Amino acid sequence: MANWQWFHRLGSPRWLYQTLDRWTIWVFLLGATALATAFVWGLLFTPPDYKQGNSFRIIYVHVPMAVVALAAYYMMAISGAIGLIWRMKVADMAMRSIAPVGATFTFLALFTGAVWGKPTWGAYWVWQDARLTSMLILFFLYVGVIALYDAFSVRGSGNRAASIVALVGTVNVPIIYKSVDWWASLHQPASIKFTEASTIAAEMLWPLLLAIVATYFMFAAFVMLQLRMQLVDSEQKSNWVADLTKNGST
Amino acid sequence: MQFSNLSEVIQMGGHGVYVWSAYAVSLLALVCLTYLPRRKQKRILDRVAQQQKLAARRDSHSAQ
Repeated sequence: MANWQWFHRLGSPRWLYQTLDRWTIWVFLLGATALATAFVWGLLFTPPDYKQGNSFRIIYVHVPMAVVALAAYYMMAISGAIGLIWRMKVADMAMRSIAPVGATFTFLALFTGAVWGKPTWGAYWVWQDARLTSMLILFFLYVGVIALYDAFSVRGSGNRAASIVALVGTVNVPIIYKSVDWWASLHQPASIKFTEASTIAAEMLWPLLLAIVATYFMFAAFVMLQLRMQLVDSEQKSNWVADLTKNGST
Repeated sequence: MQFSNLSEVIQMGGHGVYVWSAYAVSLLALVCLTYLPRRKQKRILDRVAQQQKLAARRDSHSAQ
């Protein structure tokens, strides 16, 4: 028999808060150390691109942010669906916790992309480009989800509306992935491939892979911080939150 | 090391403005993601503590 105790415990806000309280700092430190290493490696120790020169170093922040922002959207939509179908409170809180982090990462992918585009393409932004436009739509979807769950005074209605928008918006994610293949785009196609050899030099690839893994850890830590806050917010009347005010722990 | 001195690191062959602004804005955003939920949680707990204090005062008044 599989042990399902952990799953039932997820329904206990107090247990979840204590677990997050214990683990968040370690996830954060691991992610921050790895990300700092990847950035220093990418900024100072990898050779410049033979065509783009040093502007290519933006890749080490641009690609990880974009990759995690897309994955985060699925996580948010799945959490929303679980909350919608099984009325699981923690799932709704997870959706609310992922949304602001995903929105920030999407914004960073867009911003660093624009800044990279100027020296490389000669323009910060090109409206006709499918990759750029579909990524902007992702940002609006995140903002839409945040706006919806805040727009209702009744928590349940806000969660339902936000989950439905999150689910409908998942259509956009494969479009973003495939946009560079389906339409003529200034954006280069993916350099890291799973089914064939990657089209990026190994010495540029390793810091990029490290940055992607590190960004996943940072994402996890940020969502954990948000979730902790959500738990305290929704359990204000409970005894364990009252105890927290006495310890002064935040 | 690909650069021989600090000013080369800053200039990055003319791309310094782009590279460093991309990294600076990203770091700022990551700092905000660390700081803002903690500040919000602290405010919630402060409010809860204040309400407890008010409730305690009310209770002691009604007991007299």
